[in-house]
Amino acid sequence: MTSRDTLRAGLLSIVFALVTLAVWHVATVQPEHAAAPDDEYAKLMGKGTKKSDGFPTPSQLGEAAKQHLANPFYDNGPNDKGIGIQLAHSLARVAGGFTLAILVAIPLGFLIGMSPLLSRALNPFIQVLKPISPLAWMPLALYTIKDSSVSGIFVIFICSLWPALINTAYGVAAVRRDWLNVAKTLEVAPLRRAFQVILPAAAPTILTGMRISIGIAWLVIVAAEMLVGGTGIGYFVWNEWNNLNLTNVIFAILVIGVMGMILDFIFGRLQKLVTYVE
Amino acid sequence: MAFLEVQGLKKVFAGAGGRADTAVFEDINFGIERGEFVCIIGHSGCGKTTILNVLAGLETPTDGVVIMDQREISGPSLDRGVVFQGHALMPWLSVLKNVAFAVKSRWPEWSREKIDEHAKQYIAMVGLAGAEHKKPSELSGGMKQRVGIARAFAIQPKMLLLDEPFGALDALTRGTIQDELLRIVQATHQTVFMITHDVDEAILLADKILLMSNGPRALIAEVVENTMPRDRTRNTIFNDPQYYRIRNHLVDFLVNRSKLYQSGEARAGHDPKHPPVLRPGLDAAEAPAAHAAPAALPPMSQKATALVVNLR
Repeated sequence: MTSRDTLRAGLLSIVFALVTLAVWHVATVQPEHAAAPDDEYAKLMGKGTKKSDGFPTPSQLGEAAKQHLANPFYDNGPNDKGIGIQLAHSLARVAGGFTLAILVAIPLGFLIGMSPLLSRALNPFIQVLKPISPLAWMPLALYTIKDSSVSGIFVIFICSLWPALINTAYGVAAVRRDWLNVAKTLEVAPLRRAFQVILPAAAPTILTGMRISIGIAWLVIVAAEMLVGGTGIGYFVWNEWNNLNLTNVIFAILVIGVMGMILDFIFGRLQKLVTYVE
Repeated sequence: MAFLEVQGLKKVFAGAGGRADTAVFEDINFGIERGEFVCIIGHSGCGKTTILNVLAGLETPTDGVVIMDQREISGPSLDRGVVFQGHALMPWLSVLKNVAFAVKSRWPEWSREKIDEHAKQYIAMVGLAGAEHKKPSELSGGMKQRVGIARAFAIQPKMLLLDEPFGALDALTRGTIQDELLRIVQATHQTVFMITHDVDEAILLADKILLMSNGPRALIAEVVENTMPRDRTRNTIFNDPQYYRIRNHLVDFLVNRSKLYQSGEARAGHDPKHPPVLRPGLDAAEAPAAHAAPAALPPMSQKATALVVNLR
């Protein structure tokens, strides 16, 4: 794509965004109350004059976003924390569960990929365990671990495990015979072969698996935190729903989307780094 | 005893779907002297690559042994360098790193500088100085194969095994690399075993050409000694009348006689332990014209006289 095309695509994206905002604005804006009750009465009834009982407008969202982003790290007790703190809690859980999953998936995937016997023996378990919604593990996790935050990490671990494991096994099994034969004829020791031949050869596939895993982990963390509560961006969404503050809910949704995009971008970059042209 | 001895080699592949097991080749016997360049020629399916893989230690034969330097071959070894058909370079490593990978395998105790220096020397030998830091994907097919050759030579093996190294290259590139290989082999007195489909390539490079009959149950039908002077080059080879005699003999074998060994008279009269050793180049009595005529007769009756020189 030329830079000209990039520019055009960018302009078009902006147009789409503006159109969406305009439609949203037209659909949600409410006529000003014709006869505004006097201010003192309003203060008696609610906090301010800007009380709205409908779906939030874009400008209300902008207002809320400004407030949240101006002070993202405040902490006024369990039910009132800044969006930055909530996001950090979620990211920490995802990082913990994901890292554990990778630490298990890559060595295990190596073994499965290198041994057709092990691959066949473990395949039924993987096939049964893979389609289970990670949230279904939550009761078991809560019962055995007895800690809601750690249970969240466990759920992330479970859901990140399968794509990373399956892709690692596939990547390792698909390493070209020629390269393995080169290693054999050079009498390369097993560990050196694993790290200097198989790992770089399978790295693009492994990174693909990790990229899928981190995407699923970010999907699941929101649901998990809604269930276990306490902290995190998922809990924030649920809490704001209980507060009937749809503006904050929409803002949180946007934050979740942007964060997911950033995570995917990072892993896309890593993937590019290890990809080779044959 | 030759430097490398192949004795009674046989490979059977299990028949798929209830079919009987088939021996690709059986009772293969030959020897390679130190410093000798041996080519093996035969149609597809006669098991040339399997023989090479057995010599490399990548495959185990069903029967028979290979002895190199008085020791039986059991598994791959740094003593035997292999140039693979599809170059087999690691695409995530630069040219230098690909060669250095092999050098480090050979001499793990060497410092990085020494390894790189050694690798560079061999990269320069195949005419790729200046391309050390390129990735294989940035190289042409011929250049990739040169890196493969440099990698095999860099570990200074006792023997070099080449599996149709130039098969995928265009004729011009192939010629240039053949010249280079010839030059390097002549300078280093490397012992080489090479598979080829190309008759001209075999005549240019080989001291001894093994002719394999068609599979299954392929065998070494004849051993052709190349009697042309060793300082031959691709440009002068055509001036030697021997070239045409050898060439006609090889082509005649591939076209007409390689299929006769499946059964019957040719096989019955053949001693696989001592395949006939021929020197068609020296055959002054049979003029090139006689060779040009298709030889439909069984080989032994036609060429039994004078040509057979049994080395044992």
